[in-house]
Amino acid sequence: MVRSQGVAYLFLGPWLLGAIGLTVAPMVVSLYLSFTDYDLFNSPRWVGFDNYAKLFGDDPRYLHSVGVTLRYVAWSVPLKLVLALAVALLLNSLRGKGQAFFRSAFYAPSLLGASVGLALAWRAIFDTWVDTPDHALLTIVLLSAWQFGAPMVIFLAGLQQIPRDLVDAAAVDGAGWWRRLWSVTLPMLSPVLFFNLMLETIHAFQAFTQAFVVSGGRGGPADSTLFYTLYLYERGFTEFRMGYASAMAWVLLVAIAVITAVLFRTSRYWVFYGDER
Amino acid sequence: MRRAGVVVLCLAGLALVSYPIAWLISASLTPVEDLVAHLRSLFPGRITADGYRGALEGAGGESFWTFLGNSTIVASGAVIGNVVSCSLAAYAFARLRFRLNGPLFAFALLTIMMPAHVTLIPQYVVFQHLEMIDTFVPLILPKLLATDAFFVFLMVQFMRGIPRELDEAARIDGCGPVRNYRYVVLPLSRPAMVTTAIFTFIWTWNDFFAQLIYLSSTENYTIPMGLRLFIDQTSSSSYGSMFAMSVLSLVPIGLFFLAFQRFLVAGVATTGLKG
Repeated sequence: MVRSQGVAYLFLGPWLLGAIGLTVAPMVVSLYLSFTDYDLFNSPRWVGFDNYAKLFGDDPRYLHSVGVTLRYVAWSVPLKLVLALAVALLLNSLRGKGQAFFRSAFYAPSLLGASVGLALAWRAIFDTWVDTPDHALLTIVLLSAWQFGAPMVIFLAGLQQIPRDLVDAAAVDGAGWWRRLWSVTLPMLSPVLFFNLMLETIHAFQAFTQAFVVSGGRGGPADSTLFYTLYLYERGFTEFRMGYASAMAWVLLVAIAVITAVLFRTSRYWVFYGDER
Repeated sequence: MRRAGVVVLCLAGLALVSYPIAWLISASLTPVEDLVAHLRSLFPGRITADGYRGALEGAGGESFWTFLGNSTIVASGAVIGNVVSCSLAAYAFARLRFRLNGPLFAFALLTIMMPAHVTLIPQYVVFQHLEMIDTFVPLILPKLLATDAFFVFLMVQFMRGIPRELDEAARIDGCGPVRNYRYVVLPLSRPAMVTTAIFTFIWTWNDFFAQLIYLSSTENYTIPMGLRLFIDQTSSSSYGSMFAMSVLSLVPIGLFFLAFQRFLVAGVATTGLKG
C-alpha cells in the first residue's frame, strides 16, 4: 500500500463531497422534514409525529399501497429466482459456445425490461389483464419474472464453482438427480441464493417504472398497482406534500433495513458456507 | 442425445422470452387498423413505415431528434462522471493507506443498499433553490460525485487484484500516487472501467424516475420522457408511432449488448450487478 494520508483524500474528494452533500446531509434533512408539513414554497412547519400517525392510522390508500407492494415482492421475487435457478441448472449441463450463447440471450431481457419502451409493449400485449384490478398486478409480476437473466447469470457462476467430484461422488453413491440437487447442489449454492434473494428483494421494494407505465402513471385500475414508490411520487411530486413523502421514504428505509436484518438472521439456518462443517 | 434435449428446451425457452421483443418490432411495422384488429398476432400481413415516420416527428411538439440528443447528453455526462469519480475513489480505497479507509468504504457499501427515496426530496429542494430544476445538472452532478457506490465497489474489487509489486516498482522509479494511478493502475483497470461505462450508459438510458422528477419542459425531455407522452393518450391512432419510438429507444441498448455482451455477463457474474 502506498502510504499517503493527504493524497488519499484528494482522490476521495468527489466521492466524499457526494457522500456528505448528496447522501448524509439529505438523509438528515429528510428525517427532519418527515416531522414537518412542507409544500416546497412555504417554510416547513413542525408537526411532530403527525405524518407517521396519519400514515398508519388515517390513510387507507397508504396501507393499501403497502399491501400491493408486499404482494408484488412476495410473488415476483420467488418466481424470478425459481425461473433463474431452473434456467441456470439447464445451462450448466451445456458446455462451451452453446452455454455462452444461451446465457447472453437469456440475459438480454434484464437490460431491456427496465425501459419505458418495453413496458409500453407489455401493457399492450396484456391489454385485457391491465384493465382488470384482479390481474393488473400479475402483469407487472410477469414483467419482473421476464427479467430473470441477471440472477440466472449469478446462479450459473455459482454452479460452476461447485466441485464436479462432489456431485460425481454423490452419483456413485447412488443419489438420483433430485437427491443430488437437494443434498449437494442446493446447499453448495445457498450463499449465491442468499445473495440473489437479498438483491432482488431490496430492488422489488423500490420498483417504480414498470408499475408507472403499465398502470398509466396512476397505479390503477382501482389502485390495484399502487406501488409504494408510486404513491410516494404522487404525494411528494404531484401534490407537493414533501413532509409526508419524506416520512414515507423513511418508513421504506426502515422496512428494507429490518427485512435485510431478518434475512441475515435466518441465513444461518439455511445458508451453507464451505468452511463451517 | 441428452444434450440435444437441453438445446431444444433452451430454444423453446428463448422463443418464449423473445416474444415480447418480436411483438414490439412487429407492432411498430403494422398499420394501426391491423394492429387494433389483431393485437396479439405477429406480423398480421401488411407492413408500413408510418409508425417510424410518426416516431421521428416526435411527440408534444418536439421531434424525436430532440429527445435523442437530450438522452445522449445525459447518458454521456453520467458515463464520464461515473468512470472518472468512481475510479478516483476506488483507487484511494483499494491502493492507498489512510486512517478512515475501512469505515468510509463500509459506509460506501451501505449506501448501495439504501433506497434513493430518503435523499430524493432534500436533493430536489436544493436543486429547486439553485434553480436547476428542468436542467440536466441534477441528473449528471450526482454521477460526478460518485454516488453510484456500486461502481466504486466494482473497481475496488478489480484494483485489489492488481499486484502490489507494481506500486513498489513505480515508487522506486519515482512515481507518486497520482502518477501511479494515471500510468499504472488506471491502464490495468480497463475492463472494470469498460464495465462501469456500459452499465452506466444502459441504466441512464433506461432511467425514468429521476428524469420524471427533474425534467418538466418538453424541449428538455429525454427518450423515456418522450415515450411517456404517449402513456396518457388513450386513442389507438398513435399506437404505431409509440411502438416505433419504443423500438428506436431500445436500439442503442441492443447495440451495446451485442458489442459488449461478454463484459456485461462477466460484470454480473462477478459482482452481482443488477441488469
